[in-house]
Amino acid sequence: MPLVEVAGVSKRFGGVQAVNDVSFRVERGMIKAVIGPNGAGKTTLFNMVSGFVAPDTGTIRLDGHPIHGQPPHRVAARGVSRTFQNIRLFAQMSALENVMVGRHLRARSGFLAGMLGLGRARREDREVRTRALEVMEFLGIAALADADATRLAYGQQRAVELARALASDPELLLLDEPAAGLNMRETRDLARLITRVRARGITVLLVEHDMSLVMDICDEVLVLSYGEKIADAEARAVQQDPQVVRIYLGEEGC
Amino acid sequence: MRSHRHVQVGAFMAVAVAAQLLAVYSGKAFLLTQLTMSAYYTLAVIALSLLMGHAGQISLGHAGFFAVGGYTSAVLTTLDLSPRRNEEIVGVLARVGVLVERAELYGGQVLVVHPWVAFLCAVALSVTLAFAVGIPVMKLKGHYLAMATLGVGTIIFSVALGTTWLGAADGISGVPAFPLLRNLGVAGGASERVANYYVAFGLLALGMLLLLNLVQSRTGRALRAIHGAEDAASAMGIDVASLKLRTFVLSAALAAVAGVFLTHLNGGIGPSEASIMKSVKYVAIVAVGGMGSLWGTLGTSLALSFFSLRGWFGAFDDAVFGLILVAVMLFAPDGVLTLLPARAAASRSRRTRAAPAPEGDGGYELPVALAGQRPGEEGR
Amino acid sequence: MSELFFQYLMAGLTYGMIYAVVGIGFNIIYNATGVINFAQGEFAMLGGMIAVSLVGAVPLPVAIAGAVLATMAIGALIEIAFFRWLSGPSVLRMIVITIGLSILIREAALLVWGQQVRALPYFTGDEVASLSIGGARMSPQVLWTVGTCGAMVVLVTGFFRWTTAGKQMRACASNRVAASLCGLPTRNLVTLSFVLSAGMGALAGCVVSPITYTQYNVGTGLAIKGFTVAILGGLGSSLAAVAAGLVLGQLEAFSVSLLPSAYKDSVSIAVLLAILFVRPTGFFAARVAYRP
Repeated sequence: MPLVEVAGVSKRFGGVQAVNDVSFRVERGMIKAVIGPNGAGKTTLFNMVSGFVAPDTGTIRLDGHPIHGQPPHRVAARGVSRTFQNIRLFAQMSALENVMVGRHLRARSGFLAGMLGLGRARREDREVRTRALEVMEFLGIAALADADATRLAYGQQRAVELARALASDPELLLLDEPAAGLNMRETRDLARLITRVRARGITVLLVEHDMSLVMDICDEVLVLSYGEKIADAEARAVQQDPQVVRIYLGEEGC
Repeated sequence: MRSHRHVQVGAFMAVAVAAQLLAVYSGKAFLLTQLTMSAYYTLAVIALSLLMGHAGQISLGHAGFFAVGGYTSAVLTTLDLSPRRNEEIVGVLARVGVLVERAELYGGQVLVVHPWVAFLCAVALSVTLAFAVGIPVMKLKGHYLAMATLGVGTIIFSVALGTTWLGAADGISGVPAFPLLRNLGVAGGASERVANYYVAFGLLALGMLLLLNLVQSRTGRALRAIHGAEDAASAMGIDVASLKLRTFVLSAALAAVAGVFLTHLNGGIGPSEASIMKSVKYVAIVAVGGMGSLWGTLGTSLALSFFSLRGWFGAFDDAVFGLILVAVMLFAPDGVLTLLPARAAASRSRRTRAAPAPEGDGGYELPVALAGQRPGEEGR
Repeated sequence: MSELFFQYLMAGLTYGMIYAVVGIGFNIIYNATGVINFAQGEFAMLGGMIAVSLVGAVPLPVAIAGAVLATMAIGALIEIAFFRWLSGPSVLRMIVITIGLSILIREAALLVWGQQVRALPYFTGDEVASLSIGGARMSPQVLWTVGTCGAMVVLVTGFFRWTTAGKQMRACASNRVAASLCGLPTRNLVTLSFVLSAGMGALAGCVVSPITYTQYNVGTGLAIKGFTVAILGGLGSSLAAVAAGLVLGQLEAFSVSLLPSAYKDSVSIAVLLAILFVRPTGFFAARVAYRP
């Protein structure tokens, strides 16, 4: 069974049909990209998969379980983790603390245990901290652990956000324009990173504009334009699809 | 990490002891009473600091929960049930110990609820109210949240002021001492000043420890995450609505505890404890102390409450807090410590950074007046 | 129609119009700055109090005009001193500043005028209920109140719809950056919004003062009720505010027949909470309630 099954989802905002009857699958262990010109509905689609927006119609299943319309924290509990296009790190917290929050769902102590400082709470905290540091090491940013997260350099903030998303050991990782603002070298490093993430058994769905990244690491590509699915195939095939070329470069010969 | 907190609390208690000894040996033991009162108000205010600073939720009605706690305990420990002694339920409760006999001010015997039971009821009522109100209120943001909490606080105040059996404008008096141990009780008598001082500061230290623990824990991190970037927090699996609600309830519970003990200390309570001005003053204190800082709030609260109770602000008490509020919000919205050069830069850059500002930052809750108004004074 | 019923109706109408005007004041400033100005109620209080102080020395109309102008100046001052130079303040920070301001204004009023209750003389006539309509009696001041408030609503609506300045303010409210890029004097327009709100509030305070009296602390209650009306009307059109004001006014007036009058003020708060819990966007507009 594919890890993600999106079937006939649509979303309208006022007068705009942001997403129109889109269906696709993401197989386990795959790296899939969603591409398309601005306004194509990519972010809306992402928001529907991660629970921030409920589709008007259609279903979204994760490992067979319906997740459409569920709030973000429930979707996260099912093993979905995401990053944000405009980096949403937690202010006034260190990078390590940000990543530790990513692992929130892997611990259980609540108010009472927290206030009383019970042994269980302390043990869980140690485990969370250790795992968070491991993830940061995996991404090569362990040195940033105690830095104020929102005052880091842009590229570093992106890395911290990625670490945060990975900290929960998700099944599905949603990356919203992970290469935005990165230069060529950084983008190549990011590509390496994403393949290493996949090697750990995590399925990756990403929205991206950077074609080099997409062609470099993605198995399949979903192309949207004005909310509709234009193509959904292997990366090479999509690159040569005349329809795709047209929506990106326009009708007139170039 | 953990020992760090314990050291801080230990140091705090040491300072408290030093202050007490100083007061007694310099012949100014009477200051202890106001310090004790300040300690109870501070307990309520640090709870507000948790709500505002860490969860990022404004509450302009915090004093309302303080008053709910105090009034509940006051009513239950002064309402004489002896005329109904013959009723079955009264008999049962009396036998079980829920109701006790005590001597009344003018020599008679009254049958009232045991203070410990009253305490539990007071906190339970405050918690229930916080849940009931919190569920719809915590969904709101910004000025809607502010207004809703203001509304709740105003209703509590109106009820306290307008209800005859709550004493209306005069409040409730004749509230007995709160027994803690065989020879120790929370009461306002001069002979028990020192003991009560330590009870209050001990309670405050305990409260601080609990909150400090909480802030460092998984829940505390989740709260700070909510304050930092609510949608991202949600994406990490944090049930934002539930956490906000429970923090609101916790803050209401602590406020109620403070309310109960202060009421027994003062021997009574009046509607002014529920007034919006009180809530405003609490918020002003949290704002000055720095919203993310529990110790900052504690220090500010003890200081300002004490000055206010000592009458240093005179008739301008409300004006002073209003001025503090405006000044702090204009020049040092992250707390007065940010006026120090090093911290000022950090605070400025945090506010003008490209990343979206945390929701709820800069929102100052207004602590309600902490002026030393005797119970029964008309609330303003 | 019973006498009592008519009294309630008139009371509801009178207060409703006042609340509507205060509510419109909230709307104007909110639309221009995104800030809810808690000090709005104080404008009404200032209008009444200043007028009362002036009326000893000058004729009533002059006193009222003077009070309105003075309050407008105060409104402008507040905007310039507290709002103008803040760069990118968060909404909550502004809420708290305005709360602090309302306290300061109230305390200043206490200092200047003391705790005494004041009232302007009745505009026409000097009896409480010298007018008779349909067999029920009421004070001509009611007509003054409703008339003046109604006129203000009409003028303000006309101002925003047809005058250049009004349209500029609407542009500024809609998108300040774009407006300033078009060459509009956005800073002054914001100040104008304060001036307008203050003036309206002050006039309302004057016109209702003979009936309800004025005291240094009437501002707070008015602010809450005005805010309720503004929210009920969706923080949008003036007409919605008027409708909302009348609804609230009547609810409050008739509540006296059901609840002890000590709880009368709680009615508007209950309404406020009900709206905030059920439909924070109000009943007339489609504005997002959860805007941070």
